[in-house]
Amino acid sequence: MLRYALRRGGWTVVQLAVLSVVVFLLTDLLPGDAATVDFNEQAGLDQVAQLREQMGLDRPAAERFADWAHGLLTGDLGTSLVGGGPVSGVLARSVTATAALAAVTLLLLVPLAVVIGLVTGLRAGSRTDRVVSAVTLTLTSVPDFVLALLLVALFSLRLGWLPSTWVGADDLWWQRPELFVLPVAVLLARTVCVLSRQIRAGTLTSLNAGYTVQARRLGVPPVRLVLRHLLPNAAVPGVQELARTGDHLLGGVLVVEAVFAVPGTATALVEAVQNRDVPTVQALTLTLAAVACLLNLAADLVSRRLAPRTEVLR
Amino acid sequence: MPVAPTRRNALLMAAAVGTGLFTGCSTAASGSSSPRKGGSLRAAFPGAGVKETMDPHAQRQFVDIARHKAVFDKLVELDASLRPVPRLARTWSSDASARVWTFELREARFHDGHVLDADDVLHSLARILDPKAADHLAKKSLSSVDLPNCRAVGRRSVEIRLTRPNAELPALLAMTGTAIVRAGWDDPRHPVGTGPFRFVSFTAGRSFVARRFDDHWNGAPHLDEVRVLSAESEARGAAVRSGEVHYAHEMTPTFARSVEHDSRVRVVATARSGVQGFALKTDRPPFDDPDAAMAVKLLVDRERLVDVVCAGRAEIGNDLYGKGYTYYPDGLEQRERDVAEARRLLRRTGLLGKTVSFYTSTASDSFAQAAHLFAEQAEEAGLRVKITNGPPESYFTDVLTTGTVTNHRCGAMSIPTYISERLLTESPQNATAWQRRDFDEAFAAAQAVTDDEERERRYGSVQQTLRDRGGLVLWAHPQWLNAVSRTLRGVKEAPPNTVDWARFDTVWLD
Repeated sequence: MLRYALRRGGWTVVQLAVLSVVVFLLTDLLPGDAATVDFNEQAGLDQVAQLREQMGLDRPAAERFADWAHGLLTGDLGTSLVGGGPVSGVLARSVTATAALAAVTLLLLVPLAVVIGLVTGLRAGSRTDRVVSAVTLTLTSVPDFVLALLLVALFSLRLGWLPSTWVGADDLWWQRPELFVLPVAVLLARTVCVLSRQIRAGTLTSLNAGYTVQARRLGVPPVRLVLRHLLPNAAVPGVQELARTGDHLLGGVLVVEAVFAVPGTATALVEAVQNRDVPTVQALTLTLAAVACLLNLAADLVSRRLAPRTEVLR
Repeated sequence: MPVAPTRRNALLMAAAVGTGLFTGCSTAASGSSSPRKGGSLRAAFPGAGVKETMDPHAQRQFVDIARHKAVFDKLVELDASLRPVPRLARTWSSDASARVWTFELREARFHDGHVLDADDVLHSLARILDPKAADHLAKKSLSSVDLPNCRAVGRRSVEIRLTRPNAELPALLAMTGTAIVRAGWDDPRHPVGTGPFRFVSFTAGRSFVARRFDDHWNGAPHLDEVRVLSAESEARGAAVRSGEVHYAHEMTPTFARSVEHDSRVRVVATARSGVQGFALKTDRPPFDDPDAAMAVKLLVDRERLVDVVCAGRAEIGNDLYGKGYTYYPDGLEQRERDVAEARRLLRRTGLLGKTVSFYTSTASDSFAQAAHLFAEQAEEAGLRVKITNGPPESYFTDVLTTGTVTNHRCGAMSIPTYISERLLTESPQNATAWQRRDFDEAFAAAQAVTDDEERERRYGSVQQTLRDRGGLVLWAHPQWLNAVSRTLRGVKEAPPNTVDWARFDTVWLD
């Protein structure tokens, strides 16, 4: 298992290297560069040219990439083309907000989804299952921004209970738990539904599997049956789904960030792409990609541990 | 990857949700009309992320300008009709050639206690004109300042010499990026100005905090503190409605409609805050022929464009910039739609039944809509229009070289500034590629006239040439919409970049 993890880790490095080249080339292919975008509507072509020279964008792409890669290997993520601050600062600020949001969501998500999934799976076809399934399916089909705006309209604008945005929260957002309520509610709505459906399906499959029937016939007590034999098998698709969800949440959920003005990674990435700020785009995509690779690796390892017969570890 | 909702969709949603949930009737705002001291104001502006800066000479976004306005002052500002009004300069005068100017300074104190003197002004000018600073925007418009020959005349008087005569120097000193900084100052992390608020903190893309400066030359502000925050459109709307901010800059007509019956929010609409239109490239066929350009000016249905694109919140344009501003010619007849005459001109210039291309983008919500409406209207006169889309982020730079017909917009600035920025051969933003040496000379000659009436007359004739022969089809002077909470008093209607715009030293919280 260790060897497998190391091999996967090695591949991840290769993937990231390829990704950095691809992202660099794609950002370079976008029409306009940081200088044109920065001076859009305000200056003439000669001022744009001067700025371009100052940003070092008049040099060939290969040279700029080599510079950036050299910096990365020496632990320097570079300087933002717009604003001139270090890229690591942008990264740190946006990742903390998103990570906090994702952590809170995941903390609530896992127990909630497991309980809902198990209950509906064990009682498939019952009234509880039908009601819960109807609710989860409905919630899944409501777009995030609709739900977000509805919640804002109700809880912030009409009732005035909760803040509608993070505007003005500055860097003290972690001291104000009320800021998290609505964004986390929106993020939970969809993820709980998807994850609990996976667990419900896994539970149903396990419930009807031969080994469960046999265990029941041998007189294994119901609680032990569920927790020891059923849940680990039922959780396998759930763990994979959870990795995807975690990846999705850390990548930032643009809609939620936009509606609640959360200064997170998705906002930072979109802004960097719009500004053609290549070093920031590179740093953000690579960090997010690395996290995604690690999460998926972790999910595979956990799945393997839960149900060793699965053939994920090839 | 999640899909980004377009701003329009999200706003429509917000509006729909809003009208569905709120049916409360609006009550007349009550409260004292005399200013109350104290309180912390929160104002939200469209953010620009890491681009935001506290260097007042590198300001570009409204959010920057609003922040710098709290901390710094300029020598001169513009009033609502874009006429220069004194700020740090008490008075000014020029010699008969408009080449040597003297500005008398006010006794104003910097936040560190230093009293403003001529050296501060000279340092500020030198910093703005620094050849190495590519991002100092006023560099171009102030390029005629003859820096080595500018000098202090006593402690509180500055002589500014120009390399070419310009009677508009005071207006140029009121433009973006012209704040007066302390002699020797060059550290945007610690802004020190003479402004009504003293700098406390700033995080690019997020927030700015400043506290009242009791020694401000114009009297201390009413507020204790001002916070200028960055937020996107939907967030600004929600924040001002829920009372999290008191002032939201740049709102849409859709938002204004959705808060019509909301007793907590008031929309401050400033009429004639700039221009919307189309730019025809006059250096290439077909619009190098003024008759072809005139055909387009006659075929557009301005009223319909205003109704649809600006939701009726605009005044109809007359192909000239700056309606209601100083130097706008009086007694012009409104150009009306005349499809028959347009068709005649199209036939004469060989354009009838031909296709022209319209280069548009989503740089502004209204651009693509205006382009499609224009295509319909042109079709009715027998001109086909093929619409192509460009990237929004670099659109305004791209249109300087690309396209035959493009979208045009411009915020509030003085008419001579508009002409020198956009309509001279050397202008940085010459979107109509209007390059006429005789026009340049006539404008330069007008600028050199020190007699106000004569100058106005000459500007009038220059503008007449543009309206008849130029490539600008200006069909609307849109309103500028800001939203303020009912508790915020003293907010005046003012076009962006004028003295009373984003001015937080004269407002108060009830």
